[in-house]
Amino acid sequence: MTLGNEPPARPRPEDGPPPTNRAMMIAAGVLLVIPIIALMAVPTYARTEPELFGFPFFFWYQFLWVFLCSAMTYGAYRLTLAARKNKGGKR
Amino acid sequence: MSASVLPMAADTGINGVALAVLIVLFAIVTVAGFMASRFKRGDGLESLDEWGLGGRKFGTWITWFLLGGDLYTAYTFVAVPAAMFATGAVAGFFAVPYTIVLYPIIFIFMARLWSVSHRHGYVTPADFVRGRYDARSLSLAVAVTGFVATMPYIALQLVGIQAVLEVAGLGGGDNIIAKDLPLFIAFALLAAFTYSSGLRAPAVIAFVKDILIYLVIIVAVIYLPGQVGGWDNIFGAAQDKMEANNAAAIEAGGKPTSSFIPGVGAGWAYATLALGSALALFMYPHSITASLSSNSRNTIRRNAAILPAYSFVLGLLALLGWVAIAAGTTPIGLDGKANAQLVIPQLFEDMFPAWFAGVAWAAIAIGALVPAAIMSIAAANTFSRNIYKEWLNKDATPAQEAKVSKLMSLVVKAFALVFVLTLDKQNAINFQLLGGIWILQTFPSIVFSLFTRWFHRWGLLAGWAVGITYGTVEAYQVINPATGKHFGGSLALIPGIEQMGYIAMTAFVLNLVVTIVVTAVLNAAKVSNGRDETIPFDYFADADDPRVIKDLSEHRAHTAPYGDPDDIPGNAGAR
Repeated sequence: MTLGNEPPARPRPEDGPPPTNRAMMIAAGVLLVIPIIALMAVPTYARTEPELFGFPFFFWYQFLWVFLCSAMTYGAYRLTLAARKNKGGKR
Repeated sequence: MSASVLPMAADTGINGVALAVLIVLFAIVTVAGFMASRFKRGDGLESLDEWGLGGRKFGTWITWFLLGGDLYTAYTFVAVPAAMFATGAVAGFFAVPYTIVLYPIIFIFMARLWSVSHRHGYVTPADFVRGRYDARSLSLAVAVTGFVATMPYIALQLVGIQAVLEVAGLGGGDNIIAKDLPLFIAFALLAAFTYSSGLRAPAVIAFVKDILIYLVIIVAVIYLPGQVGGWDNIFGAAQDKMEANNAAAIEAGGKPTSSFIPGVGAGWAYATLALGSALALFMYPHSITASLSSNSRNTIRRNAAILPAYSFVLGLLALLGWVAIAAGTTPIGLDGKANAQLVIPQLFEDMFPAWFAGVAWAAIAIGALVPAAIMSIAAANTFSRNIYKEWLNKDATPAQEAKVSKLMSLVVKAFALVFVLTLDKQNAINFQLLGGIWILQTFPSIVFSLFTRWFHRWGLLAGWAVGITYGTVEAYQVINPATGKHFGGSLALIPGIEQMGYIAMTAFVLNLVVTIVVTAVLNAAKVSNGRDETIPFDYFADADDPRVIKDLSEHRAHTAPYGDPDDIPGNAGAR
């Protein structure tokens, strides 16, 4: 999966992408892919036990992912800002 | 169980108090919609940037309310619990993983689309495709797909309002005028304030809508379970109903269609429905319009982290469909037939004081206005930019574009109204299913093109055509087991895997294969891939970035269909 930090397809060096910390962008990409993989693996959570407050596992587990995904997306956001922080202020 | 003493049959009389609350709240948002034209006002509404994108200056919180109001539509609030009530988790609860994985996906590409649109004054995704490949045919394909897929979606918002009105006891008259008058009035008001205020109207109304929705659902989820014997009892009742449904279906010689949680083999259906819907949602013009109206490339990324709050509420709402099972809600329409779509309005009428039922109904009805307004604006923008200006009047000025868009927004809504009033509701639902299949086929042209120009424009066009054809044929062949009609659902066997899966995803994979093969051939044969008017920097530009002046002369030299970007307000102005 690309995150937009590849070298430009058409060489226009003076207009290229801003300098980017590649490792941070990869880390952000990993954070974004984790929830997708976790929720696509339906057989890993399509069961009723263990229950939580009367909720079968299937349901509370997916509710939990709302928060996990939100946190991971925010983490990815901070990482992409940090990876290009040399470029102007944060707006 | 206290529920047993409640009235079981639908109350076909008019609920005066609830209806009064509904009307008052509706009147308030209508006034707000008209006054919205002054909200964050720019230089008048005489361009698409002002009318159709609110001047591209909505900050994080306005965007949060606007996108929340836009994506989580009234129809969603009616249909998701209805699906849970009728056939269970595979058909209903997939909306939760769908609206979770949605956000990492848009995080990846939406900032780039924002930046390039900002630099070049693009209003629709078809504008971008046009600029990226200089391919009018591919741009037209993207535009027409978006336009056609949006129309039934608008019609479904009317179905949402209708569900509320029906439970409220309105629309029961025998003559067609009395029957549909309330819906007609609601839509006339919607059309009027959208025409006068543009995207600012739904932005303001979204505040009211979202606050009402949060309020209603949180109250319902805290209060109702205690009334029907707790969550244990709710899940127990749902499991019993789904098992009874399946036993009855097998006895009748059919296949089990209901599910408490996805069983063995249903995982594919659940996962492909979630992923396919998530990939498709931000290809719809209305999602992109709301995203492009934000004031910086990072607004949308911050929103990807905070929008899941709505997904949480949607999950709770889905479970209200099962609360209704435990409560013994019997949704019966004014025609005396059972109609699962009425389950949520009916649940609120049965279980709450009349005034609170009115608030809940208002939340759904107002919830229809926000997406219907944005969808009609987005469809109208698509028409005026990519059909009117591109094919009919190349020299249209920004003012003419805005004028065509405003008129088109009326036409689109009138069409939706006619659609719902004259055709069976089921048609709107079928077309919306089909629309989801179609719109996903524009994903490669839009999203892949944001990252690379390796894909060939004719490869993308060929993949699109194959995906649409396959998806339409497959969907046609799905027979509704109850009515025996075509377009009966969105699941079909996935070739090679032999499990049920979302047709849109199978078509999408086929689309990708064709796109890649045709691209490889055309690239090897060195067929021109058109002229790219964007430069790499465009994909990273932010609101406060300086413009690259030398590009502008290039734009003028280009037989520019969109004219000089300097003339387009909001196009990376010199700040």
